[in-house]
Amino acid sequence: MSSAEELTPELMLAFYRRLYPFKSIFGWLNHELAPTKLFTHREFAFTLAGDVYLRYNSFKDAEDLKKQVLALNPTRFEIGPVYSARPRDKKTVLAINFKPILRELVFDIDMTDYDSIRTCCSDAGICRRCWNFISVAVRVLDQGIRDQYGYKHLLWVYSGRRGIHLWISDKEAMELTDDERKALVGWMTVIQGGKDVHKKVNVRTGLSPLPPSLQLALETLRTTFSEFVLPDQDPFHSTEGWEALLQLIPHAETVKKLRDDWSDAPYSTSEERWDDFKRIIQKQEKGSRLRKTLEYAAEDIAIQYTYPRLDAEVSKHRNHLLKAPFCVHPKTSRVCVPVDPANIERFDPGRVPTVGQLLGELDKAVADASDKEGQDGGEHRSGEYGFYVPCSYI
Amino acid sequence: MYKVQKKKPEVDIHSQLKYRFRLNFYDKPPLDDIIIEDFETFALDRLRVLAEIETAFVRNSPWETIKKHTEDQCRKYLELGHTTAKTKDLDRERQKDHISHFVLRLAFCRTEELRRRFVKAETTLFRIRYANEDPQELISFLKSRDFDWVEVSSAEIEQYRDQLDAAGGKGSDTFYKVGLNRDAVVVFPEVIGLHQVKWTRVPDLVEKRKVFLKGGMAYVSSKEQSSIIFQSFQAHLEKALELTAKALPRLDEDTRIVPILDHLSQGFLAGGTSEWNNATSANGDEITADMVDDISRKHFPACMRNLHNALKRDRHMKHFGRLQYGLFLKVLGLSIDEAITFWRRGMSTIQDDKFNKEYKYNIRHSYGLEGKRANYPAKSCQQILMNDQPGSGDSHGCPYRHFSPENLQTALLSMYSSQGLTSADIPEIMQIVKGGHYHVACTRVFEITHAKYGIRKDNGVGDGESVTHPNQYAAKSRELELGATKGAVKKDTDGDVAMS
Repeated sequence: MSSAEELTPELMLAFYRRLYPFKSIFGWLNHELAPTKLFTHREFAFTLAGDVYLRYNSFKDAEDLKKQVLALNPTRFEIGPVYSARPRDKKTVLAINFKPILRELVFDIDMTDYDSIRTCCSDAGICRRCWNFISVAVRVLDQGIRDQYGYKHLLWVYSGRRGIHLWISDKEAMELTDDERKALVGWMTVIQGGKDVHKKVNVRTGLSPLPPSLQLALETLRTTFSEFVLPDQDPFHSTEGWEALLQLIPHAETVKKLRDDWSDAPYSTSEERWDDFKRIIQKQEKGSRLRKTLEYAAEDIAIQYTYPRLDAEVSKHRNHLLKAPFCVHPKTSRVCVPVDPANIERFDPGRVPTVGQLLGELDKAVADASDKEGQDGGEHRSGEYGFYVPCSYI
Repeated sequence: MYKVQKKKPEVDIHSQLKYRFRLNFYDKPPLDDIIIEDFETFALDRLRVLAEIETAFVRNSPWETIKKHTEDQCRKYLELGHTTAKTKDLDRERQKDHISHFVLRLAFCRTEELRRRFVKAETTLFRIRYANEDPQELISFLKSRDFDWVEVSSAEIEQYRDQLDAAGGKGSDTFYKVGLNRDAVVVFPEVIGLHQVKWTRVPDLVEKRKVFLKGGMAYVSSKEQSSIIFQSFQAHLEKALELTAKALPRLDEDTRIVPILDHLSQGFLAGGTSEWNNATSANGDEITADMVDDISRKHFPACMRNLHNALKRDRHMKHFGRLQYGLFLKVLGLSIDEAITFWRRGMSTIQDDKFNKEYKYNIRHSYGLEGKRANYPAKSCQQILMNDQPGSGDSHGCPYRHFSPENLQTALLSMYSSQGLTSADIPEIMQIVKGGHYHVACTRVFEITHAKYGIRKDNGVGDGESVTHPNQYAAKSRELELGATKGAVKKDTDGDVAMS
């Protein structure tokens, strides 16, 4: 679907006036009906046309926020932490009395971090096929966090272009300090190392099985690896592709054998090549050290080609700002809709409504003399895309 | 398991001790009367140890080095014997540890920065003591406190057997062993098993995936339990310091205490108070006015080199510069007659008449020959760093602190390049200076310029100590040279040079 639709200020204003669910956002941030510090001491940052950035705004309720949004008509706005004082009073309170105290635990997964393993698109591009990487990331993280940390209030939001955000609103998650966030991210981060590091999965100590958290994820990852990565992404088809694979095999003889075989078979698919490798493993004596080494290497490879790649910096600091749900992505004009992790596979980023479509539908609905109005129209439409109303789960 | 055992009567072999354990979580402040002298000296002694720990961190020393230096310092200033050591006055030692900790709390609770540094140093000290603790004593200490952990039932262990093994990483017997001492893995039936705590209690273990997590609870094997204890110590101290900070203004203030506290909190900036005792020329050799120029090139720290060069260049020096340099030279071994000769030659822009009237008196005064006839000590690094900030036209102070970065670089290179300082060393030194650790920068320069005597990084001015006094710098430097000429210095040892 093309994103050629022009985002005019008028369109944005109409979107904010008629569609944006301020009440839901309020309910989601505030956790209660009457405004609490969770909302009134919360920082909002607006990005206006021409890269003007306004930080430290705060509002007394949903109505107040809406009024300001309509007055400024920002291209997007971001949500920050709850401070110990009202952010709008920042200049008048002492610095020591102005500290971030509460903040949803947030994660950001961006498709650009997958460029080394995806073959269908690169950079800002995203398609149905590479969305599978996001799907597996969502499933692994969602399962892991619920199981290991016991958090329940997870909200997944499509970031509008090529990524996904996770907001965790459990009381305990909100109270985490920066150090604890760093620890949690460390626990979750498996893929490490830059361009010049071949083996990016280093979680074992010597020749030991995977840590329990990863064993839990491994099942999902393995399925994704054999059912999606190998047939669809075909990462080992090209010479560079299989050379990269050989770099990850810690046994010189095996590597040499495979290299000889594969040099003569330029048209083999990734599945065939992977089977070659698996066959070599099977040939090794059961329980031998070599077999174990190769088996573990195979596991690590599957993980490296599927495990979620997190943007760690976003999660580590309480005062990091993150785009609010339901904002419009300025480049694609798509709305950042919440996503249901249970149906993540069926989500298609290409079918997320743009502002223009939503407003058009709304006009049509009004013209049809339907009694649906304002936000109802928006949520009705977005229901198809697995919206769930955020305040309902608090 | 813990709670049940706590209620059992225990055979207490040291029941006569007021402080039963060597380790202390410092829950309760000391309630006895304290002599004001003890109040200060105890705190100063502890401060030396903490300053050494902090310095070691700044210099990025490996943990083993930090541990060794700290143990050495502790032996000197803050000995804390094991309960089995019968010959020592354990209560006295432990009381000193207790009191000094609380005095320093008062001194360091006042700003966030000081609190942070204090907590870090104290936690490190605790870790080092914990590591050296006798296993039996450690067990009774651990039993004496509630660490808010839950013993994992054997049913649960069975349920998560595989995951727990994978988290432990060393096979199934991991959870029956506990490594209390770094070197020894000892089996202790009393402390076997697993503890369950909220994961936020052990963030470091979580980050390294050394625990098994389920529903927000971390299952910590006994060999990692020290992590819970250190975290608990740190959290406890942080909270206590904040409370102290809030209570401090309401303290019914005694005018004797505030100056002491002020003095103590300054100590951290200068890296500890100097123990240099101003014993004039320990080597017994006299220095004459003619020798100063030569010695300055070989043995002076940057502050004194700078003063010396300024005197040669300007043929004059302002009051505080004369004071700082004059007292330094006095302690270095310049006699009063030589000092007058030296200054007469140095201040060549001044008429004889004026010199005799105004300057000579000052020089004699600083030697204790005029006025109240006090024997003034030379200024320590702390005094140079903190007092009498140099104004325009002054050349005293500490170059590391009072020079602009560009000037400092040029000055260091011109002063020390003949002794082996190269421009490759400059970035490291500037980095330390930027962090505000001036004495560490000075110590590093000492190490670099004395590499030919076998001084290595982390040796400091001997025993890993850092520079706290210009005279200490000069004396150690001269000792090294003397040792080398006599051939008495063992090259490539740890730079440990005995005082002659």
